[in-house]
Order: sequence, then structure tokens, then C-alpha cells
Amino acid sequence: MAIEAHSVTKRFGEFVAVDDVSISVPTGSLTALLGPSGSGKSTLLRVVSGLEQPDAGRVVIEGSDVTGLPPQRRGIGFVFQHYAAFKHMTVRKNVAFGLEIRRRPRAEIKTRVDELLELVQLTGLAKRYPAQLSGGQRQRMALARALAVEPTVLLLDEPFGALDARVRKELRAWLRRLHEEVHVTTIFVTHDQEEAMEIADQIVLMNQGRVEQVGGARDLYEQPANEFVMSFIGPVSHFGEELVRPHDIDVRREPNGSAERATVERVVHLGFEVRADLALEDGREVWVQMTRDEAKALDLRQGAQVFVAKS
Amino acid sequence: MLAQGLATAYLSLIVLLPLAALVWHAAGGGVDDFRAAVTDPQAVSALRLTLVASVAVALINAVMGTIVAWILVRDRFPGQSIVNALVDLPFALPTIVAGLTLLTLYGPTSPVNVDVAFSRTAVLLALLFVTLPFVIRTVQPVLLELDREMEEAAASLGAGSFQIFRRIILPNLFPAILSGVALAFARAIGEFGALVLITGNLPFETEVASVYIFGRIESGDPRSAAAVSVVLLLITFLALLLIGALRRRVTRHDAVA
Amino acid sequence: MTRLRRYALRFIGLGYLGVLLAAPVGLVFQRAFQDGFGAAWDAVTTPAAKHALVVTLIIAAIAVPANTIFGIVCAIAIVRHRFPGKNVVNVIVDLPLALSPIVVGLAFLLLFGTEGWLADLPFDVVFALPGMVLATIFVSLPFVVREVVPVLREIGTEQEQAAATLGAGGWQIFRRVTFPAIRWAVAYGVVLTTARALGEFGAISVVSGRLIGKTESLTLHVEERYQSFDYVGAYAASVLLAMLAIATLVAMTVFRPKEETR
Repeated sequence: MAIEAHSVTKRFGEFVAVDDVSISVPTGSLTALLGPSGSGKSTLLRVVSGLEQPDAGRVVIEGSDVTGLPPQRRGIGFVFQHYAAFKHMTVRKNVAFGLEIRRRPRAEIKTRVDELLELVQLTGLAKRYPAQLSGGQRQRMALARALAVEPTVLLLDEPFGALDARVRKELRAWLRRLHEEVHVTTIFVTHDQEEAMEIADQIVLMNQGRVEQVGGARDLYEQPANEFVMSFIGPVSHFGEELVRPHDIDVRREPNGSAERATVERVVHLGFEVRADLALEDGREVWVQMTRDEAKALDLRQGAQVFVAKS
Repeated sequence: MLAQGLATAYLSLIVLLPLAALVWHAAGGGVDDFRAAVTDPQAVSALRLTLVASVAVALINAVMGTIVAWILVRDRFPGQSIVNALVDLPFALPTIVAGLTLLTLYGPTSPVNVDVAFSRTAVLLALLFVTLPFVIRTVQPVLLELDREMEEAAASLGAGSFQIFRRIILPNLFPAILSGVALAFARAIGEFGALVLITGNLPFETEVASVYIFGRIESGDPRSAAAVSVVLLLITFLALLLIGALRRRVTRHDAVA
Repeated sequence: MTRLRRYALRFIGLGYLGVLLAAPVGLVFQRAFQDGFGAAWDAVTTPAAKHALVVTLIIAAIAVPANTIFGIVCAIAIVRHRFPGKNVVNVIVDLPLALSPIVVGLAFLLLFGTEGWLADLPFDVVFALPGMVLATIFVSLPFVVREVVPVLREIGTEQEQAAATLGAGGWQIFRRVTFPAIRWAVAYGVVLTTARALGEFGAISVVSGRLIGKTESLTLHVEERYQSFDYVGAYAASVLLAMLAIATLVAMTVFRPKEETR
């Protein structure tokens, strides 16, 4: 295990940000701390990094208890949502910073910085200042900077949160590829479940300071531990008293055993996917999801009478 | 249109016209008179003292001003907001009163037996008083706005407190310090009221340029006074230009491509 | 930041302020009242002192409104309008901050004095109140402009444009949209201007001729009393000015633009 948190608690005044949380991060993995705002994921990350001190609990990195150590001595790399670029230094100087602090020989620094700039595809921008870079470029620089000192673990705090949607998607895939190449144990914080599901080996879903579930994307989607996990990780539809995946609702034209009668109120075509709002006999509403072909086969349209059951 | 016209007229009458008269009178006696006036030994001594003292005061302010700004922004202690307000006292207090207060505490009637009156130390003391707020007030807002995450990033990369201060904080404060230094310097060069009582205005000893100029006026020689004034102005503008250029150079990283 | 370092910085910083600011000012208060409140009151209510106070207040009463109006007009011209020489105007406005008050006084003396270009006006300017007013206007000129310009820049023109599309004319836009947006900046600028006007010494010293009971301001009165060895008188007048200064500090704290406060 590269990183372990044991019963970590962190309070800010009356507010409990992290409540008795324990997690393990396998060496070499890419783990996502996922959750809504205020769930404590950023706080937990900062406790692991040493930028915050926990009120209770321990942090263990590669077998050593680092709870009392400042961030300088934990062998971590940290990437911030708003880049935290050293705006008064060039890109080269930014990336070289950690190496200069450690007084590496100048030639070694130059080689390493050149390597890293190539790794993050910023060669040629070495002499620019952060103000002259785009958001995506600044974040890549920040990653190169963090990797320069060969950290044991890489911690990213909503690294793509400040970027626009297209850049975010590109960098997300790029991060995954980088991870495959460099293999540093990585934890990243995000509130975007699609992002977590797309690139993480392991997802830690948090809510209100506690861990709701830990597992792979598929585990969380198909076997959610509770209602919160289910509705955060994927689409849900209220069917009776239950929470059901909208594509797990069986819709037919003919009655089928205990299937309930419903009227189609509205059909929305979203390309491959079709969504429909249905009204049950007792007035309650349920929305369903199906493929275009299924909708066509059913001749699904407004006003149609159908029969629905959980499949 | 109307606004511009009014503003320009007001400015011209109040500012430009008197200054033009000054320059005209300075040059009025021809080059020889001008040169004689500004190379008079007493004038030279006064100018030199003014320049040296102003530079010294500017440098002291660069250090002390940053320290005071630091404790007002990054520290928390009881009475902090009162101290913060007090920093503006030299702005608010008439210079003659400032001089009198310093003379009272650090002059012949000092209750703590510190008497620096009529010495060059008095010149420094008075100038430090009147220039106190400048660096503090230019550094404070920058310190407030400083991105703390830059410091956290530096810490995560292994930098200790002093390294963080030297490599991250100071470079980002430097332009603001320079601005404050420029203001302090310009103020110190022209200061009169605070110096009048405590320095004794001894020629060749503690007489600064503004006092010398005043002396020339009282002696009925406004032409020499004007000549030396022009030199004083030139020194001030030169210094401000230099500091401004340095400041621009140091902030070139802010220019977006 | 270690505790030791924090205490050391605090000690150095507060010590510097104490030695330079607090102690001297405190002592003057003590000296002013050391013969009792009555003596101080008598010293400050002599005819000369009262006249000096009146002169100071009159000067401020003219200079401050003049510079306030000018300041607002000039700020609007600088920020909202384009005209040749705008940069020059900017520099000229800042000039009074860089000039020695003695030089300022001398300039006015030369302009309105016996050999000056404006020597033959129907009323006395130098060695009289008008000269003192003009000199005070000069030295307290920049403050309102400098406070209003950044605020005007920041609020932008959109609100004013919206008002125009809704039918408001120039003066209405100013009164209902522009001025409310800048009024705190104006207030702060007025406080600074007033403080400067009340405290002016060097320029007035040159221009006024220091005729006691006629062209003596309160600041000149302090010097005159000291030179006449009337220390209680000097301290009493100083205390009066210091109290005005403290009132200024309070006003500054109240109206200070937000970027500078914690």
C-alpha cells in the first residue's frame, strides 16, 4: 500500500470536514476521491499532503508514519486547481524549482527539465511566463513541476476544475496516459463522476466527511452500497418506493404479469438514447431510458399506453 | 468636452502656470547666474545632504515598511486594527507638529535623555517619520492578494520557510516595495516642516535643500532659490524615472503574450 | 513561521512604530496638559490662536470643495474620455505629490509677486489669504482624482449605458448612476484632501509672509509660538491639530477602500 489514512478526522471550528475516514491506496494506482462540494475530499487530500494537520488519525506513506511531518518532508507532489504557478518565474524555472531547492547540479537540472517538458508536451515554451500560457498549458507545467522531484505519491486537487469542458476532457485522457507511462501512485480529487469513472482504477466516494463506498467504477455503478452512491454515480429513476436505473425499467406494449399501466407523457430523442416521462395510473411519474432501436420497436410516442416493470 | 476643458483649465491655472513662472525666473538671469546659484557651496552641501538622507530613508523604509506590512497582514495580535490606523498618522499630522513631537521626545527636553536635536540623526529621524506609511501601504494590498497556493506549492516541492520567503514572496512583493520607495523618496527630498524645528538648520551640517531654498527666499534672492528648486525637481524626476523603469523591468512577467 | 520568528517580527515592527510614532505623539499630549487643562485652553484661545484657526478653516473650506469638484470632473475626463495629452494630465495631477512645499510656495510667490506675470491683480494674492488658498489647493490637488479614477475604471460603462438606453440624460446619469458608485471613493479622497489642507505648512510659510493675526494659519502659529519660547502655546496648538489628525485617521479607517483592509 502506498498510502494509508487511519481514522482521520479534521474539523474547522464546529464544522467536521473529515469524519473518522480510513482509506488505502495501492502502489502505482490512480485513485479518485469523488464527492459533492463539502464532502471532505479536498480536505482529506490536504491532510495526506501535510498542508493540513488532522485533529485525529494517522497518515502512512510507503509504510512510514508521516503524520507529524510537514509537506516538505513527505516526498509528495501536489497539483492545485488554480495551478499555483510561480508567476514571476519562467516555465523552466518553475519546473526546476524543486530540483534547485535540493541543490542538484545545474547540468542535471537542465536535462531533467528538458525531459519533463517533453513528457508534458511543453518543449519550446520553456522561456515563457505562466501569464503567457493557456490554462491547460499551465496545468501541464504544474504537473511537470510536481513530477520533477520524483515524488512517491502525486496528489491532484481538482486539477481540471478551472478549465473549460473540451480542455478538461483532453487533459483527463492525457493524465491517464501519463499515469500509464510514469506509474506514480496518484490520488486526484474531483466532483465529476464521469471523470472519475473514466480514468480511475479505484474510486473513493465521499459524502459529508465520510466514505460511502470504495471500488472500481463498475462496482459502484452496478452494486451501489446505498441510495446516495446510486444517485451520485449514475442516473436514477424513482419507481414506486425504489430507486432504479432508468434503463433497467422494462417497457412493453402488452401487459406482462405484475407490470403497471402507464401513459407516455413526453419523449425526448437524444441521438442514440431515448428518454421518456411516463405517468402511472396513480398519478406518479417515472422516467425511463432506452436505445433508439428499442423505442422504435415499441413505437413510443406521446399518449401511448404502455406497461412498465422493473427488469 | 466640457469636462475636459474645465479640468485642463483648472490644472493649467493652479499647477502649470506657477511652475512655468518658477522655471522662467530660474533661467531669468542667464546661464551664469544659474550656475553660480547651484554651485554655491552651501547649496551643494544642502543638496548632497538631502540626496543622501533621502536614499538612506528610502532603503530603511524598504525593510521596515515590509516588516510592518507583514505583521499587519500575516499576524494577528490584539490592537492590530488600531496599529493599522496609526500607520496613517504621518499622512494626517501636519509636518510642523510632527517635527515638534520628535523634538519633544528626542531633543533637549527629552524625558528619556535621548538628544539628537541639531544633528544629522535628527534629519533621518524626521524623514523616517513622514515617510513611514508609504512602503507599508503599497505592500499591504499585494501581501493580502498573494496567492497562498504558490507558497503551498513551494512547500510541497521541499522549500523551507526562509526559502519560500526569498524565492516566492519577496520577488512578488518587490514591485510594490519599489513603488513605496519611490513615493517615500519623493516625499523625503522635499520635506520641510518636520525638519525646521529639530535640525536647527545649520548650514553645511543639517541644512537640507528645502530649508536652503527657504533661506534664499527670506534673504530676498528668489532667483537663486528658483535655480536650486529646479535642480531639486530634476533630481526627483530622474529618481522617479529610474525607479519606474526598474519596476517595469521587474514586472515583465505579468505581460500577457 | 516559527513562534520565535513571529514574536521577533512583531517586536521589531511594533517597536519601530512605537519609537517613531506613538511615543512622540503621546508625549506632546502630556506636555500640553502638564500645566493643567486651563493653561492649555488659555493658550489655544488667544486672539492670535483663534484667528489662526479661523484662517486655517477658511482655507480648507475653499480648497477642499474646489479640489473635490475638480477631482470628480478630472477623473471622469481621464477615465471616460479620449483626448490628446491625456497622459500629460495624469502626470500633472500627480505632480503635487512629488514637489517640495517650499518650491510650491516659491512658484506662487514668483507668479503673483512683484515681478511676476500676474503681479498686477486688483487684490493681493501673496502675503494674503488668496495666495495661501491657491498654494493649499495645489498641494491637496491629487487626492480625490487618485481615489476616484480606479473606481471609475472598475465599474465600467455598462451601468451608465443602460441608464442612457432607459432615457436618462447626462446629468441624471451622473447623479443617479455614476456618483452613487463613486461616493465612497470621493469621501475617502475628501478626507485625505482635508487632512492635507489643514496640515499644510511649507508652501503657506513662503506665500503668506506669516503676518501674525492676519495671514497665519494654525500650523504657522505652532512654529511662531515655539520660536517665541511659548512652549505651552505651541503644544496646545499642536494638540488641537493632532486631534484633528486623529479624527482624520478615524475617517480614513471608516472610508478606506476595501482592497487595503483585512
